[in-house]
Amino acid sequence: MDTAFFLRWIAVVTERVRADRDHLTDLDRAIGDADHGANLDRGFTAVEEALAAKPPETPADVLTTTGTTLIRKVGGASGPLYGTLFRTLGRSVGDVPEVSREELAEAFAQALAAVMKLGSAQEGDKTMIDALAPAVQEMRTSFDAAARAALDGARATTPLRARKGRASYLGDRSIGHQDPGATSMALMIDALRAA
Amino acid sequence: MVGIVLISHSAGLAEEAVALAVGIAGEDAPIRPAGGTDDGDLGTSLTKLEEAVAEVDQGDGVVVIMDLGSAVLTARTFIEDRADVVLADAPFVEGAINALVTAGTGAALDEVVAAAEEARTIGKLC
Repeated sequence: MDTAFFLRWIAVVTERVRADRDHLTDLDRAIGDADHGANLDRGFTAVEEALAAKPPETPADVLTTTGTTLIRKVGGASGPLYGTLFRTLGRSVGDVPEVSREELAEAFAQALAAVMKLGSAQEGDKTMIDALAPAVQEMRTSFDAAARAALDGARATTPLRARKGRASYLGDRSIGHQDPGATSMALMIDALRAA
Repeated sequence: MVGIVLISHSAGLAEEAVALAVGIAGEDAPIRPAGGTDDGDLGTSLTKLEEAVAEVDQGDGVVVIMDLGSAVLTARTFIEDRADVVLADAPFVEGAINALVTAGTGAALDEVVAAAEEARTIGKLC
């Protein structure tokens, strides 16, 4: 997978975040502070501009620019978390023109560890980790398997009680709502199939 | 002098917490707010945090005190490559005042962090 693949991936994510903006915000209205879709849309719009302003030369360039821009522009908790995910992917794939699926799978494993550390989150806390961790398990098999695992993981957050972030203050009232962060994470993993 | 930065989701809260801390603890050590997003909305900004840290950095280290959520995550992201900036796991207002009093005595970075974190253990009704 070359630079063009990663640019397509980010473009698909940007397009889908824009299309799902209101849905993500509605999920966040139920248990969060009703800004997840708007924040991600703002972040990926800024990513689109940054990638257009200075066309990246390597896959790592695409990923690092995406991560750094998200950290600066999102404004909510998802900025540092997704920013760290993409920056870790960039650092892990290294300065090469092409990345194999195995190498990307290894990069995703490192990114999972970095995001868990930053957010002090584990699987089952009703966060983006619940979509990312199962996807990382399946990524060596295929992007299709990873996407299915991420989408299943996001759906499986509905009966969970939140243990991180604003939703955790709701206690048992967080049960019965799908986690917005897990939902947007599944969107991003699913977009790999379309890149 | 050790510098102090207060990062909050709210620009107003960060500014007023700085004003309160300075009113009680004095201005011997530098302290600055980093509240809200770049657009002035609720949220946090890495750019504002970087600017505030640069303003209070006198070469003796900087302590950052966060309110919650993205403030913690933004601050954690910031210190990845800054060994001279330390996050205090402390209550926002009380930690800021303890830190500023201690920093104003010329205390070292680890002492200022410890003073901020000690605020967690002090009860208000006992």
